[in-house]
Amino acid sequence: MSILIDKNTRLIVQGITGRDGSFHASKMKAYGTKVVGGTSPGKAGENVDGIPVFNTVKDAVKETGANTSVIFVPAPFAKDAMMEAADAGIKLIVCITEGVPTLDVVTALRFIKEKGACLIGPNCPGLISPDKSLVGIMPTMIFRQGGTGVISRSGTLTYEVVYNLTANGMGQSSAVGVGGDPVVGLYYQELLQMFENDPETDSIALIGEIGGDAEERAAAYIKEHITKPVAVFIAGQSAPPGKQMGHAGAIISSGAGTAAEKIAAFEDAGVPVAKEPSEIPALLKRKR
Amino acid sequence: MKIHEYQAKEIFASYGLPVDKSYVCKNVDEAVKAYREIGSPRAIVKAQVLTGGRGKAGGVKLAKNEEELRKYAAAILGMTIKGLKVDRILVGQAVNIASEYYVSYIVDRVSKSTILMLSKAGGMDIEEVARTTPEKIHKIIIDPLVGVPDYLAREAAFKLFDHMDHVKQAVPIFQQLYKLFVENDASLAEINPLVLTDEDNIMAIDAKMTFDDNALYRHPQIASLFEPTEDEKKEQNAKSKGFSYVNIGGNIGCMVNGAGLAMATMDIIQLYGGKPANFLDIGGSSNPTKVIEAMKLLLSDKNVKVVLINIFGGITRCDDVARGILEAFKIITTDIPIVIRLTGTNEKEGRALLEGTDFFVAETMGEATRKAVELAR
Repeated sequence: MSILIDKNTRLIVQGITGRDGSFHASKMKAYGTKVVGGTSPGKAGENVDGIPVFNTVKDAVKETGANTSVIFVPAPFAKDAMMEAADAGIKLIVCITEGVPTLDVVTALRFIKEKGACLIGPNCPGLISPDKSLVGIMPTMIFRQGGTGVISRSGTLTYEVVYNLTANGMGQSSAVGVGGDPVVGLYYQELLQMFENDPETDSIALIGEIGGDAEERAAAYIKEHITKPVAVFIAGQSAPPGKQMGHAGAIISSGAGTAAEKIAAFEDAGVPVAKEPSEIPALLKRKR
Repeated sequence: MKIHEYQAKEIFASYGLPVDKSYVCKNVDEAVKAYREIGSPRAIVKAQVLTGGRGKAGGVKLAKNEEELRKYAAAILGMTIKGLKVDRILVGQAVNIASEYYVSYIVDRVSKSTILMLSKAGGMDIEEVARTTPEKIHKIIIDPLVGVPDYLAREAAFKLFDHMDHVKQAVPIFQQLYKLFVENDASLAEINPLVLTDEDNIMAIDAKMTFDDNALYRHPQIASLFEPTEDEKKEQNAKSKGFSYVNIGGNIGCMVNGAGLAMATMDIIQLYGGKPANFLDIGGSSNPTKVIEAMKLLLSDKNVKVVLINIFGGITRCDDVARGILEAFKIITTDIPIVIRLTGTNEKEGRALLEGTDFFVAETMGEATRKAVELAR
């Protein structure tokens, strides 16, 4: 088992003829993901690395039975792409695009929920269930199939943690990058619940960062609902207030959203917090 | 992105929101002219700076006659508030306040929606109100597909006002404020305070707006209002090169791929007793010109004594990154020691390429950071 994606995932790539879309479509296909199609308005009938291209998501779903979509279109068009996927009956929409206006995400997310679908991202590296399926841009060679579920707001920091897990003989059930923007789709709570319910997952690594209070709420949720061992790393302990640290969501405003508050919340909930990413495997093993 | 109160009031007024009559002034003469224009004895003088807490810093004064106005205008112009020099003031009519309220629209991360926040505790620091008396704040989640229909605006207005006449005035204010929030891709549109005057008029006597940087591309007029500080200029210059840069003030320059890893690198420098000079995310690429530009940026900070390059090779392979770095340092000459940590795809090949050079090469983040901290001492 794993969460959200596996061997049954049938993926379409929105924006497949673009530079990033075509590059990652091939990468995902090479990894073994069932990439059944792509979309690019006006380019139906073409193919990218043997993957058929359709004009609309509806056409692609009708022809291929796709259930998942990954979006690589430029930011001004991301809202439309997310809504198109939801309207076509796609159940899991993963938006990689960075720089999408927040109110576009707010509106798209409302529509996606209305259609009974789920969103991951935007501004995220996607997700992977090692040896089963990759939907996104993660570097596959660092992942191994195993029992640790990974949830993260950051891309490269996820890789850093996964690298340390794999080097310590701890594979991953699934790893999900939720995205670095203030408003994104699935978040800690939903994913913690999925990992808790997934029989293959035996521990969970959560990688948070400054900004907002999602980590504080996750800590409370873990205390109440999660029985599997969890270890945490929080980035941004040295970040100054009021400055956006790369990710649009990573900003300490009016003294709220600091790393210290988040770390305290996890410690209060009995969840060990790593001082550096390389400590995570030991913290998870200790609790097994 | 932030704008000044007077600019926010101009936007408010263009959406038909009632605001107090006021004039932006750059010197005392202009302030006196504005005072005479307003034509009432009492006038309010407010510093226009892109930060909160102006009142506490002495940047807001009530003048009761022309002489006082001259005195206050002269004092506030040239003041420095939280490191920002005041070069403009707003001179406005002093209204007769019967009661004060708080109203704002803001993007809420929890409900993943825009929310309307209301409080009868207006004119105070709203974050303080939220901390000490959260029951005094009402939050209404706005459905983006519906907006603010009359009934919802009425519900909101009844939370603040008892008289139907006041409710009727407040309804279009709440609706127009939402309209301008959405149409301009704001992340905050705040009136604190919204006042009820002795004459039974409701009006905004302060206005605050911040905008979503990701949406500025479709609002060129708002983007043109951007007034970067010296630090922000450097950040903007970095952004134009595809970097994300923030100066922190320490002496260990950092060059990292990825925002999360860049933050973690700074944290670990601090953990080992060092001081990071900056946050710098160069994105994922092995392009030598990117490394050259990043090095120029780091070396322009004269506090930097050591540079720590922390690269996690994902899709970009470590051997390509190493080649990029070698290429870049054929062009850049510096005495500053460089510590490089390369991990990930093809890491052994990458590190092998850097052997026999002047670089300090490390395998783990801990090892690289300890070295950088040691070299910075």
